[in-house]
Amino acid sequence: MTALPGATERRLGLVVDLDTCVGCQACVTACKGWNDQGHGLSDQDAYGANPSGTFLNRVHSYQVAVPDAAPQIVNFPRSCLHCDDAPCVTVCPTGASYKRAEDGIVLVNEDACIGCGLCAWACPYGARELDADQGVMKKCTLCVDRIYNDTLPEEDREPACVRTCPTNARHFGDFSDPDSAVSRLVAERGGYDLMPEMGTRPTNKYLPPRRKGPGQPSPLAPLLDVKATGIAGWLDRVLGKI
Amino acid sequence: MNDQPRIDLSRPVSDEVRQTTCYMCACRCGINVHLKSGKVSYIEGNRDHPINKGVLCAKGASGIMQVTAPSRLRAPLRRVGPRGSGAFEVISWDEALETAVSWMKPLRETAPRKLAFFTGRDQSQSLTGWWAQNFGTPNYAAHGGFCSVNMAAGGIYTIGGAFWEFGQPDWERTKLFVMFGVAEDHDSNPIKIGIGKLKARGARVISVNPIRTGYSAVADDWIGITPGTDGLLILSLIHCLLEAGKIDLDYLAQWTNAPLLVNGAEGAEKGLFARNAESQPFVIDRRSGHPSPWDGKGVQPDLGAEWQGDRTVFRHMVEEYLKPDYAPETVADRCGVTAGRIRALAAELAEVAFEQAITLDRPWVDFRGNAHDAMPGRPVSFHAMRGISAHSNGFQTARALHLLQIILGAVETPGGYRLKPPYPKPIEAHPTPHFVTTPGKPLTGPHLGYVRSPDDLALLPDGSPARIDKAFSWENPFSAHGLMHMLIPNAHAGDPYRIDTLFLYMANMSWNSSMNPARVMEMLTEKGADGEYLIPRIIYSDAYASEMVAYADLILPDTTYLERHDCISLLDRPISEPDAAGDAIRWPVLEPDREVRCFQSVLLDLGARLGLPGMVNEDGGAKFKDYADYIVTHQRRPGVGPLMGFRGDGSDEGRGAPNPDQMERYIANGAFYQAHVPEAAAFMKPWNAAYQDWAVKLGFYETPQPYLFSIWSEPMRRFQLAAEGFGPRQPPDHLRERLKRAMHPLPVWYAPYGDEDAAFGYTVHALTQRPMDMYHSWGSQNAWLRQIKGRNALYLPTKIWEAQGFMAGDWARVSSRAGVITVPAAHMAALNENTVWTWNAIGKRKGTWGLDADAPEATTGFLLNHLISELLPDKAEHRGHRLSNSDPVTGQAAWFDCRVRVERVAAEDHARGLSEPSFPQLPDPPRAGGGRAQNFSKSFAKSFRKLLAPVEGKR
Repeated sequence: MTALPGATERRLGLVVDLDTCVGCQACVTACKGWNDQGHGLSDQDAYGANPSGTFLNRVHSYQVAVPDAAPQIVNFPRSCLHCDDAPCVTVCPTGASYKRAEDGIVLVNEDACIGCGLCAWACPYGARELDADQGVMKKCTLCVDRIYNDTLPEEDREPACVRTCPTNARHFGDFSDPDSAVSRLVAERGGYDLMPEMGTRPTNKYLPPRRKGPGQPSPLAPLLDVKATGIAGWLDRVLGKI
Repeated sequence: MNDQPRIDLSRPVSDEVRQTTCYMCACRCGINVHLKSGKVSYIEGNRDHPINKGVLCAKGASGIMQVTAPSRLRAPLRRVGPRGSGAFEVISWDEALETAVSWMKPLRETAPRKLAFFTGRDQSQSLTGWWAQNFGTPNYAAHGGFCSVNMAAGGIYTIGGAFWEFGQPDWERTKLFVMFGVAEDHDSNPIKIGIGKLKARGARVISVNPIRTGYSAVADDWIGITPGTDGLLILSLIHCLLEAGKIDLDYLAQWTNAPLLVNGAEGAEKGLFARNAESQPFVIDRRSGHPSPWDGKGVQPDLGAEWQGDRTVFRHMVEEYLKPDYAPETVADRCGVTAGRIRALAAELAEVAFEQAITLDRPWVDFRGNAHDAMPGRPVSFHAMRGISAHSNGFQTARALHLLQIILGAVETPGGYRLKPPYPKPIEAHPTPHFVTTPGKPLTGPHLGYVRSPDDLALLPDGSPARIDKAFSWENPFSAHGLMHMLIPNAHAGDPYRIDTLFLYMANMSWNSSMNPARVMEMLTEKGADGEYLIPRIIYSDAYASEMVAYADLILPDTTYLERHDCISLLDRPISEPDAAGDAIRWPVLEPDREVRCFQSVLLDLGARLGLPGMVNEDGGAKFKDYADYIVTHQRRPGVGPLMGFRGDGSDEGRGAPNPDQMERYIANGAFYQAHVPEAAAFMKPWNAAYQDWAVKLGFYETPQPYLFSIWSEPMRRFQLAAEGFGPRQPPDHLRERLKRAMHPLPVWYAPYGDEDAAFGYTVHALTQRPMDMYHSWGSQNAWLRQIKGRNALYLPTKIWEAQGFMAGDWARVSSRAGVITVPAAHMAALNENTVWTWNAIGKRKGTWGLDADAPEATTGFLLNHLISELLPDKAEHRGHRLSNSDPVTGQAAWFDCRVRVERVAAEDHARGLSEPSFPQLPDPPRAGGGRAQNFSKSFAKSFRKLLAPVEGKR
């Protein structure tokens, strides 16, 4: 019901490195803190039996069974992927959900949002949360109020989650530029789309965990048979090398 | 495009930014606190700060929910009901302070040891220790004894520094990084930043840990070791490296005590270093074959020497570790790691250390006067924390890991492990323990220190322990951080003696900080035949409504971390980096809105009221206005105070007269200061003349303190000798055998004491880990953090899960020799097959921390602590003595020795759905209230704004 802009001038988004994310949740609360100031991301029953609140970014840990190898844990940060074919936009009955023509960021105009929740149903990634207090849909803004913010030092004009990530597992940049750091990372590390079969053409990319397992060093050869030579033989051999 | 809404992209973030130091955990990161209309609006990392370089963890960014938490205490309290009932009345500060003084003053004048002052997660130990010293009680320590003293002491006795936060890998150069038992322990953000650097350049990370979460999850390889066997694995790696000759002989000869001769003659000197006429240990010079000074210029020490029947440390070491006992095939089953994997790991270490060695072209001169053209590097580094230290063999395991680093030549060399100023520092530069009391007088020196021989033990003339926690006794001679976990049990038992007043700061001893908390609660409330409490008086200071509050008689409410001054001092636990000494402050970026006071200011006020030396002027008046005044004006030694920066006229560093503008200068500098190590002094620090001179200039010590790494520990051997019957000071007979075994001068492995429980059917290991988004008990009061981890489950490995037919939603009945718990169970595959675990300190007692009584933390949340006894089970060989469940060397609480039995409880058989045991709800103490969205008007205002929003939008 709401139109997408077609090709955008730039394609801003995130690269999330699943090889590096330790699941520390730093990005989760940095996001909550930043986005709570301007518009409010409410919490309900904050000290009670069923605390819940609005978060624009969450990290889940998954157990992964690997054939012929030890089981693994993958920490998986999840937020809006700022899709090129964003179903959350086209489904919006009021035009509140929109994708910016200049940089591809998907936003919600809260003034026009009626809180119907259709966009959350349409999003295959579960990236939108209806704020229970305000009755409007909340989602990752890619910190649009940081990345162009003239009142911030240049180096801080990046999303709060990227700025805070202790392991540097999150990267921000323009995917329309094949030479940008994010584009290069995707090319070098095999960055992939989440659920490409959904046809959403997400902007954000994930870098897969690297292959894990024992190293392949050359075996250590004993210098000699210590049982046969005794410690004295070993000492002669080792100290003879000095 | 035209109908895109116009949005304000350049909204100013805040009215003002104030930079201070985080205290959401012990990491001490720099933070930018944004304020709007005088209230905290946003917290982010300080990019210029040496610890976190701009990043911030989940806890740090949630600080805004901590300073507004409803759990904050609001005024001093006096107990009015029975202890433990939680009945209090609000009193004034004057009344509170006068009450405390009226209890403490008579003790100081008659029997100072009857005051026991122990602090928990205290970052002001150089003040709290100094206060206790001036009070004159021997009974002072912080929480290191139940935290990680094995790590600190194991390192300091071996390399003059340690893991924990005393050093870090050379993140820029290391090619292989191996972690042993590391979760979200120290350091927090620096390790994450480091792992990020390694990952960015594709360096290899290996984790040895029974549990594959967090850092272990991203490690390139994971070795799911059996708990408590890390030392055995490490010694097996050493065996393989020795067997293949893959060791750094030059490093061992130059920088370690490997070439020193060990007295081989039977008798009281056996196993001590052979000494020359000047009482100095010596080496045999390979050039001449004659004895030569260990620190002589140009001497080439012979590692293989034998001189008049005495053999070198190196020979002893090789003889020990080449034994088949350490062969991978021998240890594999015990460690739960195949021999092939052990050999492969050894080969990987050798390949990186020796085939991929690096060199830094930095000429330097060593303490012997020998000039070197360059610094050779071994790009292999290690880190270890609680997984190895929280066992009763943790001290020796930490030593074993340092030995592995040493034989690879990978400490203080480029690419290896680097120490942070004021470390490296040899044992000789540390004090010994001070404990002799005189009524009305201070102790003659600091409480905590490093014992060199039985002569330094804190024993009374009758041989009994001088300290209430029995630190520095035969039971745990090197207890450099005290044994806080034994304080309450010993005080309750009157063993070794009775005390009067327990003074605690920030230590949740009636809950998650104690072993066996149910029994501790009883100890705190039991009365003697005279109707008096066995622990007559308890004073407690905390900022929050923790479980401990109900068990105190007098509460001195502390501020939150944004409302206070602090110093993160080089006299204590600074924020240094390998390339720079660093210290930092906190300052009140907010003024408290309640009747609370910075505990350290309160302590100085009490000190003045008690007339303690150093805290009063000649006229008897208070010497310090408050903690900030102390931080700036106190001098520990002439010219050396709590902060090193901006001294004198503001340009002095390290040493200099107090500068009244110092605090302002720190604030203007982002709340920290750094003194950079000169480039030529940045590696090889223990032996580098340029570093030693710089350290003296900064005031870490008064003269250069070069030393050799201690592969062979003479202090340990002195205790073994005593246990063998030599020397005037003799251990009690029931401790002789364990001293002989534990105090071996070379790193050795012995089974953790908890392993004995396996014979009683408790075959499964039970562990806890600290989550990255919670700091012990503090996170649950935080509206955001508790949404992330408000619940915990016991994670069971596949083998146990399947064998007993566990299903989702089931409960587990977990029993040990100490207790039984029934808790939610969950399956986890990436786990050692004989280990269960849960997150630390999620469980809360009902009615605490400002949480509703039906909060999941208080209903299904649980602690493993109920399964862990503070005492070892009685055995005939103990001869009736109470022995603590601790490392026999350091007294470190052996939390991870815990052995259990797990039984399935089907969901339908546990319909109550509550974790057990549960304890009666505590009444709410007077506290701040409010907090996140608890306030109707705030919620209403938001709704109102929403109604107005369309109007505003059209403006």
